[in-house]
Order: sequence, then C-alpha cells, then structure tokens
Amino acid sequence: MLVMENTEVSQVTVIVNGERRAVEVDNRTSVLDLLRERLGLTGSKKGCDHGQCGACTVLIDGRRANSCLALAVAHDGADIKTVEGLADGTGLHPLQEAFVRHDAFQCGYCTPGQLCSAAGMLAEAGPSAVTEDLTADPLLTPGEIHERMSGNLCRCGAYVNIVKAIMTVAAPGGGPA
Amino acid sequence: MTRVEGPEKVTGAAKYAFEYPVPDAVYGCPVLAAVSSGRLRSFDTADALAMPGVLAVLGGVTTRPFGTENFELALFTSDEITYRGQLVGLAVADTLENARAAAASVRVGYEPAPHDAVLRADHPGLYRPEKINPALPTDTGYGDVAAGLAAAAARVDVTYTTPVQHNNPMEPHAAIAAWDEAGALTVWDSTQGPSADRDTIAATLGLPPEQVRVISPHVGGGFGSKGTTRPHAILAALAARETGRPVKVALTRQQMFMLTGHRTPTIQRLELGATADGRLTAVAHDVIEHTALRTEFAEQTAACTRMMYGTPAMRTTHRLVRLNVPAPSWMRAPGETPGMYALESAMDELAAALGMDPVELRVRNDPDAEPDSGLPFSSRNLVACLRQGADRFGWHAGGGRDPRPGVRKRGRWLAGTGVAASTYPARRRPSTATADALDGGFVVRIAAADIGTGARTALGRIAASVLDVAPARVRVELGDSALPAAPLAGGSMGTASWGSAVAVACEALLKDGSHGRADTADDVAQDSGFARHSFGAQFAEVLVDPLTGEVRVPRLLGVFAAGRIIDPQLARSQFIGGMTMGLGMALMEATAVDAAAGCFVGLDLAQYHVATCADVQDIEAFWIDEQDAHLWPGDGKGIGEIGITGTAAAIGNAVYHATGHRVRDLPITPAKLLHPG
Amino acid sequence: MRAFSYVRAGSPAEAVSQYRPGAAYLGGGTNLVDLMRLGVAAPDHIVDVTRATSDTITEGGDGELRVGAGVRNSDLANHPAVRERYPMLARAVLTGASGQIRNMATVGGNLLQRTRCPYFQDVTMACNKRTPGSGCQAAEPGAETGNMAILGHSPSCVATHPSDMAVALTALGARVLVAGPDGERRVEMPGLHRLPEGRPDLDTVLDPGELITAIELPSPPPGRSTYRKVRERASFAFALVSLAAALDIGGDGQVRDCRLALGGVAHAPWRAHAAERAVLGLPASRETFTGAADEELRAARPLPGTEYKVTLARNLIVSVLEELSR
Repeated sequence: MLVMENTEVSQVTVIVNGERRAVEVDNRTSVLDLLRERLGLTGSKKGCDHGQCGACTVLIDGRRANSCLALAVAHDGADIKTVEGLADGTGLHPLQEAFVRHDAFQCGYCTPGQLCSAAGMLAEAGPSAVTEDLTADPLLTPGEIHERMSGNLCRCGAYVNIVKAIMTVAAPGGGPA
Repeated sequence: MTRVEGPEKVTGAAKYAFEYPVPDAVYGCPVLAAVSSGRLRSFDTADALAMPGVLAVLGGVTTRPFGTENFELALFTSDEITYRGQLVGLAVADTLENARAAAASVRVGYEPAPHDAVLRADHPGLYRPEKINPALPTDTGYGDVAAGLAAAAARVDVTYTTPVQHNNPMEPHAAIAAWDEAGALTVWDSTQGPSADRDTIAATLGLPPEQVRVISPHVGGGFGSKGTTRPHAILAALAARETGRPVKVALTRQQMFMLTGHRTPTIQRLELGATADGRLTAVAHDVIEHTALRTEFAEQTAACTRMMYGTPAMRTTHRLVRLNVPAPSWMRAPGETPGMYALESAMDELAAALGMDPVELRVRNDPDAEPDSGLPFSSRNLVACLRQGADRFGWHAGGGRDPRPGVRKRGRWLAGTGVAASTYPARRRPSTATADALDGGFVVRIAAADIGTGARTALGRIAASVLDVAPARVRVELGDSALPAAPLAGGSMGTASWGSAVAVACEALLKDGSHGRADTADDVAQDSGFARHSFGAQFAEVLVDPLTGEVRVPRLLGVFAAGRIIDPQLARSQFIGGMTMGLGMALMEATAVDAAAGCFVGLDLAQYHVATCADVQDIEAFWIDEQDAHLWPGDGKGIGEIGITGTAAAIGNAVYHATGHRVRDLPITPAKLLHPG
Repeated sequence: MRAFSYVRAGSPAEAVSQYRPGAAYLGGGTNLVDLMRLGVAAPDHIVDVTRATSDTITEGGDGELRVGAGVRNSDLANHPAVRERYPMLARAVLTGASGQIRNMATVGGNLLQRTRCPYFQDVTMACNKRTPGSGCQAAEPGAETGNMAILGHSPSCVATHPSDMAVALTALGARVLVAGPDGERRVEMPGLHRLPEGRPDLDTVLDPGELITAIELPSPPPGRSTYRKVRERASFAFALVSLAAALDIGGDGQVRDCRLALGGVAHAPWRAHAAERAVLGLPASRETFTGAADEELRAARPLPGTEYKVTLARNLIVSVLEELSR
C-alpha cells in the first residue's frame, strides 16, 4: 500500500511533455492547477473546474482526460502531455496546423483542450454513441467526430471548422482513419 | 487569411488574464451572499484568518469610499443584499486551494427579507424606464394601431417569452492586480475594452486614469459580459492594495452566473395586422423585462421592430420591473436577439394566417425608409438576402414549398423548414490609433480588443491595404490601455470604429513618411442622416421526433448583407459562430429562476446547456457584396452579432412546419413539445 | 475544499482497513472531486482504490462476464465481449458523459455517483440528502423541478440517479460484488440503489467502508437489446428519460422474454417489472407494449414541470420495443 505519510501534502513526480517534474503538492491540487500554477504550463485552460467543458483536456498516460478532476497526488508517476507538448519541437503538430489553416478557433481559450482531445480521440478505436454497428470499429465520419468531440465546448461556435480540421488530419485523402 | 495569433493560440503560448507570471502573486477567492434579499448582519473572519496561508479577508461593510455609484463595483460599502450571489467578501491566501478553503470558512450572518425574483406580465412593480439601452426612446409609435388591427384581413396576437440567458464565454472572468511603489496599478484583465476598463477601474478606486494600466491582449470570449468592468478586477486591486502583493482573482463558473451579467428574460406581445395580400396594416411590440434592484438596464428588445418592416401604424413599448436578481447586461446582440425572435416568429404566424409564403411576406413589406424615424437606409439588401438564401437553401424546391405543417416524415422524424430575417445596427465610435514605420515594416497601435473576432488580423489587413504592402509586413499591437485609446469590442462596432482610425493613421503615415496618428471623433460626429443596419436571411431545416420531442437541426443557412467584408474566412467564422449560439438559444439555453429561493439555479455548464459539437451539423454562411456609399471609409457594417439574431426564429418556425406545434417559449425542449402548455 | 490525507490501496483489504468515518474512496475522481470542490463532499482522508480492485474483464462460467470495479468506462464499452454480447451495456456507457470522463471514470465509481439535483449540489440550499432533516428545496412550490423523479419519490427527496451504466446493469440483473469490514457479499441489481423513503441520505444499501470490487454480468438476455437516451442536447448531457431494453420473440410472434429498465425517473435505476410481466406471452405489438407501459407508469406521480416524463417514458417503452421486434 502506498501511504503518502498521512499528511495533507505529498511528493509527486509526473512526466510532463517528456520532462520529469518532482514537486510537493497540496493533496487538493488538481493536475490542471499543478500545470498552470506550479509548472508554468498555462496552455491547459480552466473553463469550469468541474469536468463540464473540456477546456482542461490533456493526455494522461496517452488518454484524453479532464485534468481539473484529476488530483495530482493520485497521478504520481503519470505521463502527461499538454498542448505545449503536442508538437515535437520543430513546427506544429498536424492538428495544430490544420486548426490554423481551417480557422478552427476564434478566442482560442477552448483550443488547447480541443487539440489534446482530438489527439486522444484519433487514437481511440471502438464505437461511439452514434455508431450503428457496435461490433466493428467504425469509419471516422464527420458525424462520428461531432459526437466524439462533444466533451469540448466552444462558445465561439467554431465546431464546423474544428470538425473540418480534424477530418483533414484523420483522413487526409478521405477514407477510414 | 489565417489569424496572425494562430500559432500562439494553438501551441498554448497565448496568455489570458490569469496566466501572466507576475512574481509573488497570491490568490483571492470571492465570498458570495447566500440569501436573495435582506441585510448583512455579521461578517466573521476569525476562522478564515486562522487557516493556513491566509493573508487577509476583505469584506463585510467598510467605510472605504469609492469613486463610483455603481452598486456592482462599490464593493463592501452597503449592508443591503439585493440578490443571491452578491459579493460580500474576498479571502486572500498563498495558494488557490488555501484561498478557496478560507472563503468557505468565512461566517456570514444575514437578516433575510422577502424576495421577488420572478418576472410576470402582471407584476405590480412594472414601470417605464426613461430610456432603453444604449440610449433609445423607451416607447415609440405612429399611426393608429387599433384601427390598423381592426381593419386587417389577417391578425396575429401572440406572446413570446424568452428565459434568462447567460453569456458563458469559455474563459472565466479573471484579473491579476499589482501596485507599484509609486501607487500605479497594473491590471491584467479579461476585457472587451482596455481603455474603458482602465477608466472605470481608475474612477472606481479614485485614481487618475494615467495611474492605471489594463493589459488584455488575449480574451477568451466575452459576448458582452466583459464589456463593462466586472467586480473581480476591483476585488483584485483592493486585495493587492491591502496585502501589498499582486493578487489573482478568477471567478468560478458558478460565480459567473451571478457576477458577470446576463440577458434579461422577456415577455413580448406581438400584434400584427395585414391586408389579404399581405401588406402590414399595424404592428405592435410590447416588451416586459427585468432589471436589478439597484442597477437599471433596459434591453432594447423592440428596437428592431422600429426598423424592419413598413407599416402605416406602429407601437413599441418597454416596461421593467426591479427584482432580486443580479444586474442584466449586454449579451450578444442585446435587443435584436430576443426581439427578432419574437418579431420573426410572429411574422411566420402571420404568413400562415394569410396562407402566404413567409419569404414573400417579408419581401412585400420591405420598407423604402426606416419606418419609425423616416431616415433613408444607407443600404438595405434584406430582399436580396432572402432571395439568394431561398435559392441556396432550396426553399422553393420541388415545385414550391409546401407550407402544410406536420406532413413530412423522414423515418421516425418529422421534417420542416423555416425562415427568419436577421438584423443588427451598424455604428461606429470614435477611436484613436497610431501607425509607425519600424525596422522595414509597420506597427499599428490601438487599444482595441480581440476577443476572438480576429480584430488583430482584420486591422492588419486594413492597414496593409492602405499602406499598399503585404499584410505580413504589418504588426498590430492591441489589448493594452497604454496604447491609443479605443472603444470596446461590442455592438459589432469594433472593426468599423478601429478600422477607420487605423486607416486614417496609415494615411497620415504615408504623408509623413514615418508616423501617423488618427482621431476619428470629428468624422464620427458627422455620421448621421441615415439608418445604418446590416441584414440577413436565415433558413433552418429541422427534424423533430414526435415521440420524444427531440429536435435536430441538419441545416442552417445564412445569407447576409453587411457592407464590405474584410476577410472572408474570419467573417464566415463569425457568422457561423453567431448562428451556433442561436441554435443553442433556440433549443437548450435557459437559466432557471427558482421562485421559492428567489434566485437563479442550475449554475454550471452541465445544467446551462450550450450547443455541443454534436448539436451542430451543416451550418453555412454567405454574404452579398454590398456597396454602401454612406458608411465610412472601409464600408464594413460589423458582423459579430447579426448571426444570432435570426436563428432562433428560423428554427422555431421550422419546428412549427415540422410538427404543427408552435412553441412560443424558448428554449424549445422535449418537455415543451411533449407537453404543450 | 477541505484538506485531506491520501493513501493508495493495493487490495480491497487494504482499502477497507484504511476506511474510517470522514474517509472516502476515490476512483476516477470524476464525481468525488467535483463534489469536493462544491463542498458537498468533505472527506479528510482519501483512499485511492483505482488499483485496489481488478481493472480487467474476464469470462466467468456459463457465459457470464466479470468486470473489475477498476475498469474504466471507456474500456468497458469498448471490450469485444461487451460490444458483442451486451450491446445494451455498451450503448449505455457510450451515451454517458464525454470521452474524457469515460476514460477516467471507473465502473465502481459510476455506480456510486450521486444525483445531479441542483439543490443537492448547492450547499446553501436545503437538502435532506446532504443534511438529513434540513428540508428539500426542490419540493418548494416554484422550485426548478424539470428533471426530477416521477416514480418512487418521497416527500423528503425527489432527485434522480444520473448513471446510464446503472440502468443497463439493472436491466441485466448484474450482481455487485462488495468487500467490507464484515466480509464479502453480492448485491443483485436493482437492489444496490435505494429509493429515498425517509433516508434520502442513503443512496445505496452499502454500509460505510464497503467497497465495490467487481460486477458479474449474467449471461446475456435472449433476443435483441439496446439503450436509448433522450436528452436536451445531442450529447454530453444527463438523461431526461432513458431506457435499457431487451426483447425476445418466439416464432409465433409472442414475447418470450423482456427486460426493461428506466433511467431519469427515480432515485434509483428503475426496473420495470410490471411492464415486463405485462408483455410476456402476448403478441409483440404496439398494443401490447402500450398496455405494458401504462401498467408500469400507473404509479407515476410527476411534480409540476415533470409531467412530460410520463409521456416520454411511455413513448420510449413502446417505440424501443417496436424497434426491437422488427
């Protein structure tokens, strides 16, 4: 059993965008606030702090998650990728490029979450709530993308372009993802 | 053209108000009133002050004077509680977690009083405000409405209601405030207007404007809620002064529902009369709305009726009642949004009563001059929008549109189409700007705000066009009150106001060689003599499941006439964004008012439903190449708001066409379709 | 949020040994952290159970499936055996929440998530579930009751259970395996969740310290099955009313087996026993299904503003059973 010394703060090590970060955290600190307030990574956004908007979406151990609901202390050892880490150092990730080219954002506040969510989503095989045949992995049609991205609210209403941008990355020549 | 700040936004490099690395900053968490009406009796900070990391607790009632009478900003000077959620304190601590815990530990005692938060058409407290937002006459009228209605071959007398709606930009209102040793205040704020924000903050704190600087280069949406200074900025400044440390304050999503404005609910009675061949004989639009106890805001809901359709007789009125609610304020296209919903729905009902095509009805009543004022339109192309829109949409496809409701089935769904006009005033405000040649390129400076509209990019294009260089050679600096003063991003006036100043500054630079400055105050003072509005026609196709009441919108189309479009990609995004918000308004957005508790309830994004990606299918926007010799250099009419104004009516009209059921109370939810009345 | 100490348990026994009054078990955090930030939950000790129970899905005997309580919602919905043999369950999970939340939420936590009643979530409002005896703000005339219960509510509580997964598990008759200070036991659904009666503060029959370790899915019901959820927007919203349904029809066109469970209508997922009984042996027809729905909804007592749910529940039962009989 892992006991964090029964105090209200804990030593936590996370790997953020490939870099090992060891910090002492208040147990109440979310991964989101750890990133934004302690590690200087303000790319991930706080929109609601209750898992209802998706602006805080990051990849935790490769899967998209709402970092506002993830306690840092419960993610000791986790591999976290944020929008700042999507590109591999030089240039932009294809999703980032597609978002710029297709004007898939306006105010930009939901955008990091949209990007991390899209990156996570593209790696998720399997059906969604709109998939007719559960037994086969579906084609990533616009309808599938609309549903899969519904955990990311955009008040500026950039959805039409967001889906277009994701489609160009998911199926650059058309066809299954 | 792609947005110039695009790379910053997609990499997470663009910083928003709460995110600036101000050294030594601490955190403030607000304390809100838990009763809807009454007096503050006690404010016990002992427990909170004893908690870890707490530096201070502000609040209760203080005698600190404020340079403002604004009830929302003169914080902690009154023991009067006028709405649930009113600010009563702020806990300041070294971490967010400690500040939140401290705020929850402040013990506030109240003497509750009876409350009233419910708008009713027969409320005894209804009164006539002296004017309506922004400075329009409350009531207008001409001709004999009663006679016109009596003489009509077809008459419609209907009441439409819209609920409390909240702007809910994705970025919560937030600010960081820091004082320097000389007493100068810097506020990194999330605002639609750095100059105005600076002026208001300075006035509120009793400082000369030069002593305050507001920095706001990136704003995560506003939709009106960040158009006036909000209390989080004052809280941060007060706390920073008290503690001697920079203080960061961000409102929670829940707090935003109570402290950042909302759109008033409306009760709107529309009476329309027409001859048998569809010419209006009378139009009456009577509006009932609410305002806060201590702050008056009267939404100009019937203002659109004054300019939309020709009629020999018209009446528009607005009545308010003061309730125990937070102060309503601007929300995207104030006035036109609820007003056009009611007017364009009533016109649809009139078309049905006449057995006339709803597009034709509008064409038939297109006026030559602005009905209420008699002013000539600087340009008006509603008819072209309707015709082109109808063509593109396939409105008359299949040998003509079958107007019969409730007869089209598509699998388990009933299908229908609807049309509505949209409109928004085109105005501009005075602005200043400078342009400088620098390092082989050019820098334009203006305290404008880019809240997602693409202003940075549009202004760069305008400058480049005047300077006759490639846009990449122009850098635009905005979002800072230290830059040349400029009006807010709001009222769809941004591009016109700033664009004309930027153009003049660039022209001056061309003459001078290295520097140019503009002040458009004199120019703007001469904008008169015409009625300036943008217009649009919106079409919706809906599917309704009669067994569940679910509504889906497979197609939304808008064709707009908004003067010269600066950048097609940015414009299309604005129109579609407005239409997306309109879809939410039509089908799902409402903040519930609890009559027993006397307050708004359901204060989060799981209960206040905005459109998700799955709600949006095919939305497309087009525009007409509109020339207008009477606008201003640049000829743009502003496009940030018109997209929302026609959408809800188009969808509601389509729902009627699909089902035969007319829902006159937004949002059109399954509950209302399954249980009419 | 109240400050708390944190431990991570490696087994049910460790978890249970760490439990004490004021402690809470943490799964994916998608409900508990939300409630803690609202001030509704205020544990001073958190026992992380994400690694205390199995996170795998294994075949039991007799066509049964065993799902560890630590399995994430998205993994449950995506598992081939679930997709092929329990489509009702896969669809129910896929309609819940968002992709991000489904990745984080555990099966155990999903079962125990708490109501989303606005008055429960607001600590400044009277709520018998949060504070027994303090009253129910939702019961006041003029309260916002558009999404409250129509069945099984009591004067002390009118809230509904928000989980889609639980509705499907109820229709399937899943068994919940529980470990506690007094040993292990099985609770068959719908028996896990309570109706409010006079104790709305008790969502389930679990005793303090009891930990869900797994669920057992009996072999799938015969025939075809599905899950249908009606909500106010196309995605990422709780149900107004939902229905988990399975229908098996014989060669003679008569109903051989039927499972029905409703969501969004009560404090617990609602197994529609009366409707199930009412269709057995009768022709699979609209008339039969309508009669069954009426039978089940006879006991409905909608609050003002919730009458539509009776219509919606009836329509769902009829239309979904019709769909399953085509």
